Amino acid sequence: MDNNTAKRLNVSSAPHVRSGLTTRSIMGDVCIALIPASLFGIYNFGYNALLIILTSIVSCVLTEYIYQRCMKLPVTASDMSAVLTGLLLALNLPVTVPLWMPVIGGVFAIIIVKQLFGGLGRNFMNPALAARCFLLISFAGPMTNFAVEKVENLALSGYWRYGMVAVDGVSGATPLAMLKSGENVDLLKMFLGVTGGTIGETSVIAILGGALYLLARKVISIRIPLTYIATFSVIVLIYGMADGKGFDINYLAAHLCGGGLMLGAFFMATDYVTSPITPNGKIVFGILLGILTAVFRLYGGSAEGVSYAIICCNMLVPLIEKFTMPVPFGRGRVHNG
Amino acid sequence: MRVRNTFKGGVHPYEGKELSQDKPVVEYIPKGEMVYPLSQHIGAPATPLVKVGDTVCVGQRIAEASGFVSANVCSSVSGTVKKIEPRLLVNGNMAKAIVVENDGQYTLSEGIGVKRDYNAMTKEEIRAAVKDAGIVGMGGAGFPTHVKLTPKDDKAIDYVIVNGAECEPYLTSDYRMMLEEPEKIVTGLLIILKLFENARGIIAIEDNKPEAIKVMKKVSEKYDRIDVRVLKTKYPQGAERKIIYAATGRKINCSMLPADAGCVVNNVDTIIAVCMAVCESTPVMRRIVTVTGDAVKTPQNFSVKTGTNYAELIDAAGGYKTEPEKVIAGGAMMGMAIYDLNVPVTKSSSALLCLSKDEVAKYAPSACIRCGKCVEVCPSNLVPQMMKEYADVNDNAAFEAVNGMECYECGSCTYICPAKRRLTQAFVKTRRSVMEERRRAKEAK
Repeated sequence: MDNNTAKRLNVSSAPHVRSGLTTRSIMGDVCIALIPASLFGIYNFGYNALLIILTSIVSCVLTEYIYQRCMKLPVTASDMSAVLTGLLLALNLPVTVPLWMPVIGGVFAIIIVKQLFGGLGRNFMNPALAARCFLLISFAGPMTNFAVEKVENLALSGYWRYGMVAVDGVSGATPLAMLKSGENVDLLKMFLGVTGGTIGETSVIAILGGALYLLARKVISIRIPLTYIATFSVIVLIYGMADGKGFDINYLAAHLCGGGLMLGAFFMATDYVTSPITPNGKIVFGILLGILTAVFRLYGGSAEGVSYAIICCNMLVPLIEKFTMPVPFGRGRVHNG
Repeated sequence: MRVRNTFKGGVHPYEGKELSQDKPVVEYIPKGEMVYPLSQHIGAPATPLVKVGDTVCVGQRIAEASGFVSANVCSSVSGTVKKIEPRLLVNGNMAKAIVVENDGQYTLSEGIGVKRDYNAMTKEEIRAAVKDAGIVGMGGAGFPTHVKLTPKDDKAIDYVIVNGAECEPYLTSDYRMMLEEPEKIVTGLLIILKLFENARGIIAIEDNKPEAIKVMKKVSEKYDRIDVRVLKTKYPQGAERKIIYAATGRKINCSMLPADAGCVVNNVDTIIAVCMAVCESTPVMRRIVTVTGDAVKTPQNFSVKTGTNYAELIDAAGGYKTEPEKVIAGGAMMGMAIYDLNVPVTKSSSALLCLSKDEVAKYAPSACIRCGKCVEVCPSNLVPQMMKEYADVNDNAAFEAVNGMECYECGSCTYICPAKRRLTQAFVKTRRSVMEERRRAKEAK
């Protein structure tokens, strides 16, 4: 029996096979799903959008790399999660921001929100959204300047310092802001995305295309987006009726297509780390998001409410999970025979 | 009750069955010494009935069950008892075994092979025959079959399920038996149905085995009490709790036995063993073993006498095509990696899987991203992510609180995990530790 003397055999605990899924492939899939929205943003807002996206991604990945090197941690900057954070952050910024802003946002997202809490999988808030809200509070002016005016010949150095030149407020109002002030909005334009807003949020069709890819690849489940959007719709309809608008489907459609709702529901609320892991928890999470978003949008001072709703609910995740533990197979009410 | 023919969760690993599924079972004649461990089953080890120097015959009982939950061990060859000493087993433990020098004569012990008509036998005689034959669950667990066949109330059993799912990747032994010995499977099932007058027989087969389904349907069609049920192909369809649910819609948890849900579940080869024991007075002396994997020259199915050295089977399958990195006793999902092939085939052996590449070795576990894939695939509806958090810090109480003891270590979560975390390994360790704690608490009382 000399079969087993030639070479030492590997021994490990079962199972001895693994699926092809990796952290990298999943993060990569989400990035792929964001490509339509990113491309449309670049088309809609010009090459500055591309600059912001690249700056944001590079600063997130570099920050992660430098931080992990300095802290003598294993470097995981290549797992695509920092790329995703950077991309999401950029898509949540208006195209008019100066270039140093995505850099600050990226550093904040990676160091303060992600690494200080233990790195990948340990952050309690969506890093990209937390960074967006941080920038929104710190630099309210540039962060809410949606004046869309393509400035083609501004030198890069000037752009770095000042951002795009804001022309004047009227052309730059987002559909949501117009909706709030009672103006008419063009639904078709909103669906296609040729409106004002942050780089990645305007085109509903591009976002839905990416979302379908994620659903088909089973990267995300429909639970959170569905319950989120459904709850939000119900409240908006009720509000519309109470407000004297009657059963106004156009008003609802404008709310669904406007602002960060679609991007938020499919790409940020579904963030693995900061959403409940339990199936029922995802449903509760979606409902809470719908309620909070509606309240922020309809009664809040700002037209937008998705970002704050998501980071608020992020903090409720441990609690939601605690109350939505699945009943194990064969436990609970069982009828045999 | 709605019967779904499947269950929620589960995974679809590469099946690898094409390597050996079309190879008829070949009987393998052992060359070297035969090793019969006293513990080839769940329960108390058997007590030796022979001593060094004794002559034994084929089918002779060489060790006797030492309690109700225990099983006899019979010799599969004739020859002389050489030693009774601790030997290495598949699971890496040393355990007492009877070593027999095979004389190659295969002299039958008295009474072996005598034909009997099960219709003329009483329930007690059938149960005694099963116990005498040392039959244990051959699907892998090795639970003594006579215990399974002796529930509190015979009349409360509604279903006798023949587990032909064979959901483990690479395994084709049950499949071959369904093609080659369908009459014995049906006879075995009829024998068991005789014990449970209110029961129906269900032969449950995954839909990736259309040939087996066809054959079993044809052979069983004239019996009203037997149905062939086609199940969806999915791992772990053949797990006891899953096959009961898929075939009957009933659910059991870790604190229940199948009999609590009115079911008795037996593996295909176990059923054949029952048929052989009752109709032909033959104890368990052989097991169908699939020798397969990409490192083996000619993968095939062998009928192997228990006690045969595993290493001989590699030679019988033409030796290695390439040097294997990993050899697994059993399937790819729940089998045990072995470092030494000089271990004996036992009653619940099923396969020898030789892989030229150990794909697990190239993956280092990384941080959990809480993707929830483990929750999606867990057939027991658990949250492996939380179980792992508690297992890692040895918090047994918290592990139990998140229902960790409901896990039966099928490995689905570890298979799917994108971060390649060693979930099942942690659960095996923690579950053993909790069981140990419980045992100590019981003893202290």
